[in-house]
Amino acid sequence: MTAREWLLSDTPQSRSQARMGRLYGGWLTFTGNRLAMVGLGIVVALMLMALLAPLIATHHPFAQDLANRLQPPSAANWFGTDQYGRDIWSRVVYGSRLTLYIVLLVALTAPVAGLLIGTISGYLGGWTDIVLMRITDVFLAFPKLILALAFVSALGPGIENAVIAIAITSWPPYARIARAETMTIRNSDFISAVRLQGASPTRIILGHVIPLCTSSLIVRVTLDMAGIILTAAGLGFLGLGAQPPLPEWGAMISTGRQYLLDQWWVATLPGIAIFVVSLGFNLLGDGLRDVLDPKN
Amino acid sequence: MTDILKSGGTTPAARPRRPAGPLKRIAGFLLSIALTFLGLLLVTFLIGRVVPIDPVLAAVGDRANAETYERMRIEMGLNLPLWQQFIRYVGDVLQGDFGTSVLTSQPVLDDVRRAFPATLELATAAIIIGVAVGVPAGVFAAVHRGRWPDHLVRVLGLVGYSVPVFWLGLVGLLLFYAKLDWAPGPGRLDVFYDGLVDPVTGVITVDALLAGETEIFWNALSHLILPASILGYFSIAYISRMTRSFMLDQLRQEYITTARVKGMSETRVIWRHALGNIAVPLITVVALSYANLLEGSVLTETVFAWPGLGLYITNSLLNADMNAVLGGTLVVGAVFIGLNMLSDLLYRLLDPRAKK
Repeated sequence: MTAREWLLSDTPQSRSQARMGRLYGGWLTFTGNRLAMVGLGIVVALMLMALLAPLIATHHPFAQDLANRLQPPSAANWFGTDQYGRDIWSRVVYGSRLTLYIVLLVALTAPVAGLLIGTISGYLGGWTDIVLMRITDVFLAFPKLILALAFVSALGPGIENAVIAIAITSWPPYARIARAETMTIRNSDFISAVRLQGASPTRIILGHVIPLCTSSLIVRVTLDMAGIILTAAGLGFLGLGAQPPLPEWGAMISTGRQYLLDQWWVATLPGIAIFVVSLGFNLLGDGLRDVLDPKN
Repeated sequence: MTDILKSGGTTPAARPRRPAGPLKRIAGFLLSIALTFLGLLLVTFLIGRVVPIDPVLAAVGDRANAETYERMRIEMGLNLPLWQQFIRYVGDVLQGDFGTSVLTSQPVLDDVRRAFPATLELATAAIIIGVAVGVPAGVFAAVHRGRWPDHLVRVLGLVGYSVPVFWLGLVGLLLFYAKLDWAPGPGRLDVFYDGLVDPVTGVITVDALLAGETEIFWNALSHLILPASILGYFSIAYISRMTRSFMLDQLRQEYITTARVKGMSETRVIWRHALGNIAVPLITVVALSYANLLEGSVLTETVFAWPGLGLYITNSLLNADMNAVLGGTLVVGAVFIGLNMLSDLLYRLLDPRAKK
């Protein structure tokens, strides 16, 4: 029996075989979607770029060369140079680290907070639910970027504060999704069985409810990544995110703005990087949704 | 986004919901609006309190002695407990007192009143473009499902969800202003037209028409087109995607088959029967994307030097002018919440199925 037959068997002999088979089936669905594979490729490329930045970059991202400032793209400087003669290609490459850093930090905080609030709210019900959901609604009703701006103004500009501001404004949808999932899970028989065995609400929520909520949350998080990147870049563009000389893509566009009419490459090329990366996350999210969330 | 709207009067789902009378439902709706606004006020209040800028010091200057400083502190109510300060703050805002802007040294309310029409003009033009292009594009995509119009709309939508609005604005300026010279530069009017029309509504295109100045009207319109198209593109992406999925639902229904069997023309079936049935959900989609345009306008206004609320907020932010930032945030937040509520209300009023 080949590995493929073993994985696709209709009569799995063990739990692990069934699980592996499901994973493989999902992988087949995913790879059958060409756009999703492009998205995966872009995201993997972004990660490799961030990991191997010193190898890929041709210059040091902060190295100034004032004799060579604002040079158009050439063999020596693939994306040209900026107002301090820094190599834009190298800065874009190192900027992928910042983008990934922001995305990972937001993806590790906001969905976790939303998951906890949503499952607690959905499982306990009653007043806890009313209060928590009312708070969630208030946050949901805000314009995200404006609220993030206001938070950054209070915390002060900087990359960590931009992450905090984005996380504070992006947890409510996760809480809503997790609550909706919890409501359907909590009345199922196996939860009653666990409860009858004397499990505490903490144990039920952490051990049984949360694992079942994660797959729909993962899809949503991947689809939101592009939005997070765009918001972070927007904050950077307004001068409220990463501060110079950090090579954050939005901030690079902002400094390139004053040279836009004569040296177009300074502002436009980092924008293409933002566009490609968020497109990648959007495609990947669409593909994951088809695999993990067959309801849609 | 719509799930926010359906939450008016959150009840724990375990308890079966009793059918509420119309009075009770209206009361619940009003209560949820009030609570949301109160939440907005609480957030801006708290942000104003944690800011590392000392408002007293900003008011008296750093050369004031301790006594003056203390007097000012008491006068500003900063010695009171937080909850009393909050009540004071809510009272002030309800009376339209958002404090004074440090940057313009004018009441924030006046500044906001001046900036708001510009944002309104930009967002309204953008939503007109969004509906005019997005709805037909969505219908075409649904009718030609799986063929090139569908793919084209899908790609345009994906690009719209992935491209940074400020970058698109810059590229638009570079292309249509600098290279092709089709569009005028940033701003709302050419410099020599500035201040020629009395602001009645504050919306320059409307004011110019009211004054009968067609030349100024065309100039204002030409300045409006590029930023409004860039901003509108993002609502095209959203509106066409939603229109497509609503239309696909309708085209599957049996009444469509019946209409076709009766020999009705395809145009009439699609544009009148199917599109007519999705009008209600489309209205809510349009209202929601109008609210989102307010947000997108922050970045667009910065790129196009458009003197609206977004530019006002970001300028104030960069100058640490907290009263102005929070006042602007409050107004944009209130309009955003208002539009959300309005789309919810329209849905409930227009769709008979929602009146269960």
